[in-house]
Amino acid sequence: MNLRRIFLFPARVWMALFFAAPLAIVCGYSFLTRGEYGGVEQPWTFENFTRLADPLYLAILWRSVRIAALATGLCVALGFPLALFIARAGKRRNLYLQLVLLPFWTSFLVRTYAWLFILRDTGLVNTVLQSLHIIDAPLQLLYNEGAVLAGLVYNFLPFFVLPMYATLERLDPALLEAAADLGARPLATLRRVIIPVSMPGIVAGAVLVFIPCLGAYLTPDLLGGGKTVMLGNLVQNQFTTARDWPFGSAASLVLMLASALLLAGLMRSRVRKELM
Amino acid sequence: MHVLELRNVVKEFPGQRAVDGVTLALERGGFYSLLGPSGCGKTTTLRMVGGFEKPSSGDVFLNGERVNERKPYERNVSTVFQSYALFPHLTALGNVEFGLRERGVAGRRERAMNALELVKLSARAQRFPAALSGGEKQRVALARSLVLEPQLLLLDEPLAALDPDLRKQMRAELKAMQRQTGITFLLVTHDQEEALSLSDKLAVMNSGRIEQFGTPEDVYLRPASAFVAGFLGAVNWFGDAGVRPEATRIARERPAEGPSRRASVASVVFLGNRVHVHMALDEGGRAVAELPRAQDQFREGDAVWLHWNAADEMRFP
Repeated sequence: MNLRRIFLFPARVWMALFFAAPLAIVCGYSFLTRGEYGGVEQPWTFENFTRLADPLYLAILWRSVRIAALATGLCVALGFPLALFIARAGKRRNLYLQLVLLPFWTSFLVRTYAWLFILRDTGLVNTVLQSLHIIDAPLQLLYNEGAVLAGLVYNFLPFFVLPMYATLERLDPALLEAAADLGARPLATLRRVIIPVSMPGIVAGAVLVFIPCLGAYLTPDLLGGGKTVMLGNLVQNQFTTARDWPFGSAASLVLMLASALLLAGLMRSRVRKELM
Repeated sequence: MHVLELRNVVKEFPGQRAVDGVTLALERGGFYSLLGPSGCGKTTTLRMVGGFEKPSSGDVFLNGERVNERKPYERNVSTVFQSYALFPHLTALGNVEFGLRERGVAGRRERAMNALELVKLSARAQRFPAALSGGEKQRVALARSLVLEPQLLLLDEPLAALDPDLRKQMRAELKAMQRQTGITFLLVTHDQEEALSLSDKLAVMNSGRIEQFGTPEDVYLRPASAFVAGFLGAVNWFGDAGVRPEATRIARERPAEGPSRRASVASVVFLGNRVHVHMALDEGGRAVAELPRAQDQFREGDAVWLHWNAADEMRFP
């Protein structure tokens, strides 16, 4: 018992100082009033939260949810076949897993900047298309939702592929043989056995992608060019340019709450499924 | 026409020849077994019949049709897997309906319920596999295959995972189900008692080959090789003659006629209704005699004569 306390002590101090305390401060700020030159002032108020109901902010919230959902959907659509392929690749599994992880060898920022060079007017895509005379003028690929989506999917795909691979790798090959034995062709086996049996892995991977996408700020900032504002950008904006810390705090709390509720809901449905 | 015919089937894996020229023909409606030690190629043979492995050479015929290239879903055979391989996301009923749905059969629910009835599991129809015992899972796996009325039912060590009491009970039920449905059963097992008690005919396999194919009496009483004799039961070897322990007798005095050997009793093992008397032969070597308990009059260290009827000798060239 004592030993346990000793070993847990560093983690407790760390979590208290760098997680619980900042969270409490953000929570407190969100009920205060904006100071004239930044910072916060009395009196206590709910106004920061009611302001979030403004159509302008609701649109940002909706856009964030929509983009995050689209990015998650794309990650599932791209990542599931990839994970299935890797899980069945035999000896080359480790090589493919390394390739999936390869982008992590450089920083998130560098990887996102790289997309600027791919998508901009004089970038890779436009140069190639123009030199092939497929287009005359460069396509506007950058600074729109599509660019943000591409960046998010690129950055978060491994977060879906890895847990999905872990689930599919554990899938009993005898189940697939049994399905074939009972008359199921490969597509029917995929639809009626592989997908339903690995659903917990799909959900887990989707959550791991959806939550960071919902709060993403760097990718929409760089690739959206400030035109595709998401919740993360709103929060960042309030703390920097707008100097409205209480409103930024309220926005980040709502973001956190939305993620937590989603997670709680999914966990409950997953747990129920597992128990059946 | 044979429901299954294997012609000189070979299966090679990298660095190993798992099945080395198996030829076998099964009549419709019988109960057959492939019996052999682990690694003898019996499961690989079964998997080639099911379509999960392709023969390296040789041919597999189902109902006279060559099926080497056919996928499992293109063959009218069904397998009961050793691990049962039940779909964890479907109920017992859902599992049994799986194949019917794939084939677009009408009246699925009713057929599936009938199949569950056949394996005495109607009461568990709505349970998921995780909530079923080992024996119940086994029954679902059986029902799931039987409901499709295959020409041939393949069973891969189906009783290996059950505890001994349940195994004996399921053995009797398997036999009854085979007779009731008239479907040809081909069972893979390493348990000689199982193969002997269930089969109309069994094939004894060793290192990728069939050593003998015959009725249980044939293979037990008239084994074709020393391996078959030894695999189906204990054998006392006297030169190139083998004698089963239950055909080996013991006497205090030298018998007047018939073959005999001098020996001393090394140990006596009590087995309830029988005893095993282990002996050291004076000429070297060991032997064991299985006697009814009533004849248990020998003690460790006794000098005895063991003898047998020449007719009970098994001889191999």
